[in-house]
Amino acid sequence: MNEIRILSPTGVIGSGFREESFQRGVELNPHFIACDAGSTDGGPAFLGGGVPHFAWEGTKRDLRLMMLARDKLNIPLILGSCGTAGGDAGLAWMREIALEIAAEEGLKFKLACIHSEQDKAYVKRRLKEGRIAPLHPAPHFDEDTIDRATHIVGMMGPEPIAAAIEDGADMVLAGRASDTSLFAAVPMMQQANMGLAWHLAKIVECGAACVVQRKRPDSVFAWLRDDHFVIEPLDLDNRCTPQSIASHTLYENADPFLITEPGGTIVTTDAHYEAETDRSVRVSGSRFEPAERYSIKLEGAEKVGYQFVIIGGVRDPYILRQLDSWLEQLLERFKERVVDLFGGDIGDDDYTIIPRVFGRDGVMGPLEPMPKVGHEVGIVFELTGPDRQIAHALAQTFSHLALHFPIPEWRGLITGLAIPYTPAELDKGEVYRFCVNHVVYPDDPCEMFRTEFEEV
Amino acid sequence: MAKLGDLAKLIRSKNAGSFWLTFDIMFDDEETYRRVIDSGAVTPESFAAIYKVSLDDIKFVNHDAARAIKISIPRPIFQGEMADADLYGGQQYGPLVEIEVG
Repeated sequence: MNEIRILSPTGVIGSGFREESFQRGVELNPHFIACDAGSTDGGPAFLGGGVPHFAWEGTKRDLRLMMLARDKLNIPLILGSCGTAGGDAGLAWMREIALEIAAEEGLKFKLACIHSEQDKAYVKRRLKEGRIAPLHPAPHFDEDTIDRATHIVGMMGPEPIAAAIEDGADMVLAGRASDTSLFAAVPMMQQANMGLAWHLAKIVECGAACVVQRKRPDSVFAWLRDDHFVIEPLDLDNRCTPQSIASHTLYENADPFLITEPGGTIVTTDAHYEAETDRSVRVSGSRFEPAERYSIKLEGAEKVGYQFVIIGGVRDPYILRQLDSWLEQLLERFKERVVDLFGGDIGDDDYTIIPRVFGRDGVMGPLEPMPKVGHEVGIVFELTGPDRQIAHALAQTFSHLALHFPIPEWRGLITGLAIPYTPAELDKGEVYRFCVNHVVYPDDPCEMFRTEFEEV
Repeated sequence: MAKLGDLAKLIRSKNAGSFWLTFDIMFDDEETYRRVIDSGAVTPESFAAIYKVSLDDIKFVNHDAARAIKISIPRPIFQGEMADADLYGGQQYGPLVEIEVG
């Protein structure tokens, strides 16, 4: 019987795992180690600003253990969505950490870096050719969007990763990649049962998230065989059950039975889950249906402006009972002040101000079914302008205006906001938004990705 | 009558990518899972009413192996847009906890 053994150290590098669990996995002699290094989950700031979500120190700690294990076993180590967003900046950040570890530990290996950042001319050409299609729901996307985007990445499938390993890479640092592709690449190279391989990949890409009671990020191990796979957590105090494994396809996924990948769909409708031991689960019956057209998902971020935030609390019952009208009048008065300040150079369209009322509907906004005001509320005012200087001037002006904004009940100067910080205006930095939810239909699964090899 | 929050082992919401929001209502045992489904308290219609969303936009699934009800909708505000208050979509399930189950 063919068997591929897979070690998944943790759901995302930098979040940690128990060294003891990981070493137990190493002793089980895996054929490869793979780990996700990114996500869009933290929002557009990481792709837009080219900055990582996790700390250098945490990432280095996790990567060192993986690189030492790779060296010991002489197997491929695959990391994808490097530096959170998987853009060129994130890939360079991860490469630097890897090279630092290699120098410290005296490791020698062949490194492949697979770039997923997209050339704007390429994206424009594919758009013109009608080879870019929106997913549902999608923002408007045209040539201007492409020009405005600070970064656009394509989410690679397993093909560029498999190609790099075929060309001798010991360690693969991939730009943006679907989490599952990191685990599907080696099984695909070995002509494994891909229905099972993809389903397995979907479960282990989150590390030990598939256990009954998740205590901390940790490692899991999987055995992929011809007609089934088995998953077992590497912390002996952790257990997987058929229900916990079946439940994992629910997580962060719109449809648990049909999961879209670049080359097709993972179908888990007929998957069968049974206990292998009291800690491990055997899965069979998953299928992979190839798509009619291979597609690569695009992710892009564009800059919206520069933001300052002011946080204040209100405890005065009289302000609270007229909170909406107080806020409305405050915003109206602020509009007039902006004209005073900028003499019409900054119009209504050049800035935004959003008040969030926590303690009423700060979490759900217009969807809140019970927008009741309690004995106090916290208000977060977000001021976004075209650049830092203007946004700062707007925030300074607004905070003073809001602090003393009157209500009819009180005669004399009031101070209506409890502000916990000095200065009151918090520099939130550049603001980005996701500007794409589209796919490209390439001629070849690898055409959007560029691989660089080096001997470390 | 019982509240859905008392019957479920976990009710959660989360981004499913940047453009979808998904809700999981998970149960420990078959009996409770079936009771909630059979009660008709959690349906596409009841969900649509709470979240002010069109029925056509709702993906509603009963996942027997996981003993879970799963509902997904296009995100009312795309993740990370300035007006978005819940970057991870993690706190949008609150009203589901209070649903009365017969």
